[in-house]
Amino acid sequence: MLVLLPAIAALVAALIPKSARGKAVYPLAIGVSVVEAVLAIVLAVQFKPGVAGYQGVSSYNWIPTFGISWRLGVDGISIFLVLLTAIIFPLALLGAREKVNSHTFAAWMLLLEAACMGSFASLDLFAFFVTFELTLIPTYFLIGSWGYERGGAAAIKFFVYTFLGSALLLVGMLALVFIHDSQTGVVTFNISQLANTRLSSTTEDWLFLAFTAAFAVKAPIFPFHTWSPDAYRQAPTAGVVVLAAIMAKLGTYGILRFDFTLFPRAVVSFGPLLLTLAVIGIIYGGVVAAAETDIKRMLAYSSLSHMGFIVLGIFGLSRAGVAGGVLQMINHGVYTAALFLLVGYLFFSTGAFDMDSMGGLQSRAPVLAGIFTLFVMSSIGLPGLSGFVGEFLILVGGFSTHRWWAVVGTFGVVIGAVYMLWAYQRVFHGTPKEPELVPAERAIDLKRSQVLVLVPLIVIVIALGVYPRPILSRISPTVDALVAHVQAAQPGPSAAAHVQTGRN
Amino acid sequence: MEHLFAVISSGPAIIFPTISYKAIGPEMILVVGALVVMLTTSLLPSTRRTRTPSVLAALAALLAFADSATMWANFVDHGPYRAIASSITIDGFAVFLLVTISATTFMGTLLASAYLSEGRFGTGEFQGLLLLSASGAMLLASAGDLIVVFLGLEILSIALYVLAGFEKRSTASGEAGLKYFILGGFSSAIFLYGIALTYGATGSTNIASIAGFLASNSLTANGVLLAGMALLIVGLGFKVAAVPFHLWTPDVYQGSPSASVGYMAAVAKAAGFAGLLRILVSAFPTLRLEWQPIIWALAALTLLVGAVLAVVQNDLKRMLAYSSINHAGFVLLGVEAATAKGTSASIYYLLAYAFMVVATFAIVNSFEDRETGRVPLENLRGLATRNPGIAFFLAVLLVAQAGAPLTTGLVAKFAVVSAAVSAHSYVLAIIAMLSAVIATFFYLRVVAVAYARGPRRRSLVSQPQMAMAATTSGATAGEGEVASAPLTEKISLPVEAQIAVGIGVAGTVIFGIFPNYILHMADLAKVLL
Repeated sequence: MLVLLPAIAALVAALIPKSARGKAVYPLAIGVSVVEAVLAIVLAVQFKPGVAGYQGVSSYNWIPTFGISWRLGVDGISIFLVLLTAIIFPLALLGAREKVNSHTFAAWMLLLEAACMGSFASLDLFAFFVTFELTLIPTYFLIGSWGYERGGAAAIKFFVYTFLGSALLLVGMLALVFIHDSQTGVVTFNISQLANTRLSSTTEDWLFLAFTAAFAVKAPIFPFHTWSPDAYRQAPTAGVVVLAAIMAKLGTYGILRFDFTLFPRAVVSFGPLLLTLAVIGIIYGGVVAAAETDIKRMLAYSSLSHMGFIVLGIFGLSRAGVAGGVLQMINHGVYTAALFLLVGYLFFSTGAFDMDSMGGLQSRAPVLAGIFTLFVMSSIGLPGLSGFVGEFLILVGGFSTHRWWAVVGTFGVVIGAVYMLWAYQRVFHGTPKEPELVPAERAIDLKRSQVLVLVPLIVIVIALGVYPRPILSRISPTVDALVAHVQAAQPGPSAAAHVQTGRN
Repeated sequence: MEHLFAVISSGPAIIFPTISYKAIGPEMILVVGALVVMLTTSLLPSTRRTRTPSVLAALAALLAFADSATMWANFVDHGPYRAIASSITIDGFAVFLLVTISATTFMGTLLASAYLSEGRFGTGEFQGLLLLSASGAMLLASAGDLIVVFLGLEILSIALYVLAGFEKRSTASGEAGLKYFILGGFSSAIFLYGIALTYGATGSTNIASIAGFLASNSLTANGVLLAGMALLIVGLGFKVAAVPFHLWTPDVYQGSPSASVGYMAAVAKAAGFAGLLRILVSAFPTLRLEWQPIIWALAALTLLVGAVLAVVQNDLKRMLAYSSINHAGFVLLGVEAATAKGTSASIYYLLAYAFMVVATFAIVNSFEDRETGRVPLENLRGLATRNPGIAFFLAVLLVAQAGAPLTTGLVAKFAVVSAAVSAHSYVLAIIAMLSAVIATFFYLRVVAVAYARGPRRRSLVSQPQMAMAATTSGATAGEGEVASAPLTEKISLPVEAQIAVGIGVAGTVIFGIFPNYILHMADLAKVLL
């Protein structure tokens, strides 16, 4: 239902007659995404805490010839990502109102929402692959047709890069299915069944690498990130919000859902490699972000750094770390969405992304500056705001299992504070460097409607920072089961002892 | 005279096989259709010659389609059989391809009609030749004897040579026709040598007898047989444009009229692969270990060369030529698997590709410069602002060819790659996916050009004003103003082309979302051994 609704709405939006386009499309798109959000909230309320398995599973036999079905369901990890998707999309649509009037734009956005929902809720490898791939096409058009000056090139780069990852995913996926077939005689893409496949350790390593390639590009994990600054920079506001807040999570979600479930042994043996890449990403992303003068590219590198934290938490393989990683996926989604929305508003009033040409905007736009501060603080992990809890759990978990990686990663927090605050300073403090950029008579502060768009995000950031327990209590059972699954798959007791240290 | 009779009757009695016209029904319909088309055209006054032949040809193709569909229903109920002294095999494989070819021919007649409706000469000839070549393709698909394979190949090809050179005022088209003819004739000769050597080694040209002979005898020296088999592969390799036998493809695709190319790409490829699969799977299953490496190398080369060379093309038709080479590589993936799964994946791919490529060329037809046959990529710039509908359908067809989800493009790629993986050809599967990645780049390049704004761009200074204007007016002002003056006139697709595009896109998308029905059909379509 969550997947079908926006897909159908996208079709309706695309086919809407010309005469009605001006008026009908905007309410339709917003209406559908709000209904979607309500449905997701209902699903989340019905979600039973303390249960590790999948809930609300529904299934439809799609291609029986290949043993493929649409099997959808959520567990403690995906429920919040579904919820995040459902909340961010209406806000992204509202935040980019002037474009939603184009019926194709609205259609692509709704299709993208359907694809994201499908990816987070699929329990069938093929259905996941299809929806995972399907996210590329709307995004390609969003960046290519509505992006900034060099959108076309960025869109192709984005598409080809991520497609390369998924190409390997497809081969790995098929190999796994046929190994399962040769062992049991059943062709299926159901991940619960595939998890029982017995794999030799070399095969498992190769398959792990094939799967992880796709997820690492999507996340992005250093050094597979080179598409992201361009794509983020050129994408329109609504597009970049979805890219950074939701689609980046597809990568880390994929690692948790598929790598952890299907290749638990390889997860441990490749853990140090990915931890190292994550830490490099944290530091490198931070340093480059500090050197960027373009605010959107700065945020893109900061995303790289923050996604590094999430990977650090996940591959730390402690319960606290993984739970923190999941929580941070949600936090990062929320504050990145907010920051990109704010940058989009800023561009409306100044027409620039270049921080060196701004300055002194605080007095002109106090509300914008205030809200910006809040999300910057959340992003650098100030206690009381959402970023803190996730980062803290990740680092605690990391310290207990992989001390030195966590130690180096901690510097990332410091660098994060440096570039974020410095960016804030350059944009809002001081005197305007190019006064003609914003003529004095133009009102550049946020309008009330724009503030309203941000209110839900502000509420979430504060609520999660003060009282994260309701979420953690739903995440933990699933995470515990997943970590236990990984530990159980280790061959010797020594390896198990190596990871068996995390406490919550 | 009586003496002569006596001589004849005294010799060994000539036994004529019973001819089952049911088994060659679609072929007969097309041949008769072609004759009717040409006859009526010559009888009609010249003013009415543009439409009527096309209508008749489309009807003949539809009839052939209906007959093929009936044959499919018969096959499902009663199973496969051989007819006409085992020279025709009506098995699931053949009937599936008959359905594919007749459906594609119907779309081909529509496309041809769109091309010919510009008041061009020779409507009847074009449509007649098209139906004849389709009958050849069908004969090839249902052949049970190497001689029949050759007959089908020749009927198909000779008509295609003429179609390629049909634009007789254009030197490019003439060159394409001649080039196709010379290289095609060359490959036919090679194919014929292959038949001769195979006959020498096994004592039969009948595919079932060859297989039977090879299964029950082991040759002490099989050099002649292997040479024969290799020549057969080379001969058909030309037809399907497998690298390194692909050199004719780009020039022929670029020079020939789009109407011929669209049809040629779909039907000649389907027929060529029908012959290849039939011969390898049905006649030489015992030599699998010998031909598999050959096909492996052909597939790898075809995939990579097709994808890489397509990237650097600046002409849409040339690019589509290399893309068709790339697609041939994917079909070879299924052939290389040498399993029933691989065969059904290959023919599914051919069906999916046929729909996409005919519809694509139905669009390209409207952009073509009739003098040179060129379609420079730059001519498409800003298409989306001039003709949003056409741009959208072109984009759907191209991303489907790239293998986008919810289209048959993905299902087809999925089917062949899964056949390769299940046959443990991991390296080939990875090569295929890498080539698919390269391929997305050149398909998207076309889409990007079509969706690009005009040459004049927003300057950075005017952006805030534009953005402000957009917010205040609340309309899609941004979009409208960005579009600069269109480079060329708004184009319109003829009705027939619209129908062809509609069928192609609908087939691609609907069977992409609900692929099970056709996949199941392809699964049933096994080669009769």
